[in-house]
Amino acid sequence: MTAMVQNNMLNTPAESSAIVSLNGICKTFSNGTVALDDLSLDIREGEFVSLLGPSGCGKSTALRIITNLVSPTSGRVEWPQETGKQKDHELSFVFQEPTLMPWTTVFGNVWLPLRLKGVSKKAASDRVMEALQMVGLEQFAQSYPRELSGGMKMRVSIARALITRPKILLMDEPFAALDEITRFKLNNDLLHLWETFGWTVVFVTHSVFESVYLSNRIVVMAARPGRVVNDMAIDAPYPRDENFRTSSVYSGFCRDVSKALHAAMGAGDHL
Amino acid sequence: MTVAIADKQALDQSEQAVPLDEEEIRRARAVRIEKIGRWVLPVIILTLSVYWWDRLCVWNEIAHYILPRPGLVFHTLVEDWGILSTALGNTLKITFGALAFATFGGLGLAVLFTQSKWIEISFFPYAVILQVTPVIAIAPLILIYVDSVAAGLLICAWIVAFFPILSNTTLGLNSADHNLQSLFRLYGASRWQTLRYLRLPAAMPYFLGGLKIAGGLSLIGAIVAEFVAGTAGSGSGLANQILESSYRLNMPRMFAALTLISATGILIFLTTNLLSYLLLRKWHESALKREA
Repeated sequence: MTAMVQNNMLNTPAESSAIVSLNGICKTFSNGTVALDDLSLDIREGEFVSLLGPSGCGKSTALRIITNLVSPTSGRVEWPQETGKQKDHELSFVFQEPTLMPWTTVFGNVWLPLRLKGVSKKAASDRVMEALQMVGLEQFAQSYPRELSGGMKMRVSIARALITRPKILLMDEPFAALDEITRFKLNNDLLHLWETFGWTVVFVTHSVFESVYLSNRIVVMAARPGRVVNDMAIDAPYPRDENFRTSSVYSGFCRDVSKALHAAMGAGDHL
Repeated sequence: MTVAIADKQALDQSEQAVPLDEEEIRRARAVRIEKIGRWVLPVIILTLSVYWWDRLCVWNEIAHYILPRPGLVFHTLVEDWGILSTALGNTLKITFGALAFATFGGLGLAVLFTQSKWIEISFFPYAVILQVTPVIAIAPLILIYVDSVAAGLLICAWIVAFFPILSNTTLGLNSADHNLQSLFRLYGASRWQTLRYLRLPAAMPYFLGGLKIAGGLSLIGAIVAEFVAGTAGSGSGLANQILESSYRLNMPRMFAALTLISATGILIFLTTNLLSYLLLRKWHESALKREA
């Protein structure tokens, strides 16, 4: 455990190479909205990056451009470490809603990404259970989503994202719809998984406190048009726990990030 | 083993020992009463209606060729079972044949429509035209153009029954969760996989809703078509029995035929309801029991 944590602490952003680079991304929707204007961003391997900004700043659009669900009007998304085409299974996406299929069990939902790749139920079974174990839901494999609480559904959604063993995990305000107690718990669990497995996480949020608690880098964005206005390192050691949440270091970072966010909102039009 | 039994007894006792407040006791009683009433009340009302029908006939001395007594209708049902059962068989053949074609046709067309917007735009108006034109108006044409009477009846009943399945299933296939669709694209799902694992399951409640309507309509379609065709002889159905009875003022047999038609309709309704419940009970809101 300590070894892993130290490894992670050493794994500072500056030392790693970019896993994905956004170069001069612009996106204008057909209704004329400029969602992103010249966004350039290197996401480095092993980083926990939060994209923070007011609604309409294009943070979700940026995430969807990385997944290739939305194509940019101009600019390029590059995967420097990969030769040839970008592999689908190396990224996973977690939506704001759990986005589960209500007609199948927790097992069926987590199995889905492998099922779509042609892996049979039997062959996938071990990996499904492993993913469920990671989020602490192995006893609920045969339950239907409706039988679970909001937080548990979100865990299933995370397990589904993890089953493909992604290199990069993209999360679009995944905990925004949960109550605070559940959110804190899931924050801690997510951090723990990240420290253990060392993927790269890109986390979209509109909460200053959540972004400071989780990330080692916060990209502050402004709206109309969507652009990056600040790129801040959160140099606090991991593992972070509830003590960190009440520490002066934490509140110091929150203050800085809040200021940057206010500046970002002042730079654009006020909400 | 003994321990388990002791545990269970303890559990039973503790369950009984938990004091329920007045409101909860009242609610539990109301639920129990409703459960019984749901079956008993309709049966009582039915019995009373039949009794009053019988009494009205006796008190007003209504002739049996105007309004037969329920006993006589039942007697005719048994007596004429030979003729009536053949007619019932013929009507059922048309009804279920039409329902089967409507199900596969409606489902197949809906899938085709959702695979290509252009196909939907091109052909949906024709589906609407077929639906809005009263079947009784086009039935004579169909029966002239189609050689076989049975085939003509089947087409008429199918026209009435297929639209609810088509329109409901199309709606269902298009209402799969947007984020789930994105997820399927992200994982590189093929068109077939998206249909099989996402769109069809999402459309299931809508399809079953359509099937419930189509079940009743295929019976109506079959009866209406039989009326228009007016065939006698071996291929004739319950509608012909009604027509024939009206010519001969054979009211008891007409009532018997009517009873059979109603019973068939009720049976179709109950079957589609049961099917819907069995397929949706694990996940869909409509089939779930909830605490008040």
